[in-house]
Amino acid sequence: MSYETVIGLETHAQLATESKMFCGCPTKFGAKPNTNICPVCTGQPGVLPVTNKKAIELAIKTAIALNCKIEPQSVFARKNYFYPDLPKGYQVSQYELPLATNGHLEIEVGGNIRKIGIIRVHLEEDAGKSIHQGAGRILGSASSLIDYNRTGTPLIEIVSEPDIRSPKEAAVFMQALANLLQYIGVCDAKMEEGSLRCDANLSVRERGSSEFGVRTELKNMNSFKAVEKALLFEEKRHTEVLADGGKISQETRFFDDTTNTTHGMRGKEEAHDYRYFPEPDLVPVAPDKKWVEAIRSALGELPEERKNRFIANHRLSSNDAFLLISQRATADFFEECVILLNKPKIIANWILGDLQAYLNARNLTIKQANFSPVQLVELIQLIDKGTISGKIAKTVLIKVLETGNSVKDVIAESGMTQMSDEGTLVKIVQSVLAANPKQVEQYKAGKTTIIAFLVGQVMKETKGRANPGLANKILKQELDT
Amino acid sequence: MAITKKDVEHVAKLARLGLSEEEIELFTRQLSAILDFAGSLQKLDTKNILPTSHAIPMKNVLREDKVVTCQNTEDILANAPAEEDHMFRVPRIIE
Repeated sequence: MSYETVIGLETHAQLATESKMFCGCPTKFGAKPNTNICPVCTGQPGVLPVTNKKAIELAIKTAIALNCKIEPQSVFARKNYFYPDLPKGYQVSQYELPLATNGHLEIEVGGNIRKIGIIRVHLEEDAGKSIHQGAGRILGSASSLIDYNRTGTPLIEIVSEPDIRSPKEAAVFMQALANLLQYIGVCDAKMEEGSLRCDANLSVRERGSSEFGVRTELKNMNSFKAVEKALLFEEKRHTEVLADGGKISQETRFFDDTTNTTHGMRGKEEAHDYRYFPEPDLVPVAPDKKWVEAIRSALGELPEERKNRFIANHRLSSNDAFLLISQRATADFFEECVILLNKPKIIANWILGDLQAYLNARNLTIKQANFSPVQLVELIQLIDKGTISGKIAKTVLIKVLETGNSVKDVIAESGMTQMSDEGTLVKIVQSVLAANPKQVEQYKAGKTTIIAFLVGQVMKETKGRANPGLANKILKQELDT
Repeated sequence: MAITKKDVEHVAKLARLGLSEEEIELFTRQLSAILDFAGSLQKLDTKNILPTSHAIPMKNVLREDKVVTCQNTEDILANAPAEEDHMFRVPRIIE
């Protein structure tokens, strides 16, 4: 039997504000425990929370970037439950009336563009942090220590439609969402540091079925890789259980990144009963058109708009355009190059090819690399002038990236300029012909395509420095006489 | 009876309240009476009335994103049942 995997993601992103959601405490990370707290965020009696305007603006920004409908009125609600990291006994969230609904995010998986629906974007406050003593995990801890510094930090929750069909797609979606949030300056989106978090719902069904299978909810994934690994494990588990004629029970499972497995979190699963009701201390948020439009225009060009412009103005393939815009810094780098040299396709190839490969291998961003658009353009111009070959240019690029030296210096130091001196090349060609009598014979017998092999030999002899056009010309001269 | 004993037990559990058998009996009766009384509101026609969560119709009460540090964090920490390394020490979270 063939199965299909269905995944939906709930993402929490910390908003880049200076102060907390409903009080003036700083949101700065890394302060001494319980120093960024006040009567409001620790839920003392008689306090009155007041909503942070910037948090609303950042949430609206996100909603616009995710193509959502901004609701004319949204209402805060209390989500009631007891947990030591929640001093008030409830979390202020949004329930029936969220800030925004019905959007989408485009992602690229294996050369295909997929549109993942967004059900809703809503605002809420973060909980505190617990440290479990006596053991690395919750199980077996003797006691827990609570730091309320994070309590009340503004969060947005982004809920996707169950449109994701593989663990790989889920990881790509998270990465794309992280890029977008960074792009628009809403969140620094670092999963490892917890400023971006995700819970995943996975179910498996018979291919072609329109009903959903029983789902499990996965928690504790602290990187994009972990999201994929947790889902891969769970996908396999579901498929095996179902293939054996077994049943999956609906539960929350915890990902263990030391074993790459998931396990049930609670012995007996209690049905959540949050008893949501409208938060009486806070009034509704009703963004008027003027406010939303002001945020929209300050947002500038969105990644998707930029992608379409790259396709229209620079005649890039939609795939290349998509890859360029997936990081704002990369797209900026590309545009700066194009201003200097109007060869967008060649520039895109260099950025997405050798440059990106170098950066990926070292886990660097284009900003962290010691490399400027001027340098890339200089490199391309030197190829055009015939000073260096395209092949040598690849080596030069790596050297420039590694040393931080200028393109010209790297070329001069390593003597990698292209060999365009006819006299020297003639000698090399002659020795290549002498060393390959068989190929010479084939050429003379009419198999002229063999010349490509001989050009290759000349390139090898000169360690790639020969001007290939010139080598070709000299070879022909020598062979035809 | 608007609610049952079972409802009272469930709500008590959610509120982390330990109730005696007598209290459960008593509260089932009392809470039912309260709900029955509140239920009289159901007789009103509210078709054209929007749900009200506030007595005063206000919206967008917002503050600027400015840090105002609290001067008495130590007083807050003093409320901790136990303290360790400037943190609130609580019984281990999950058995």
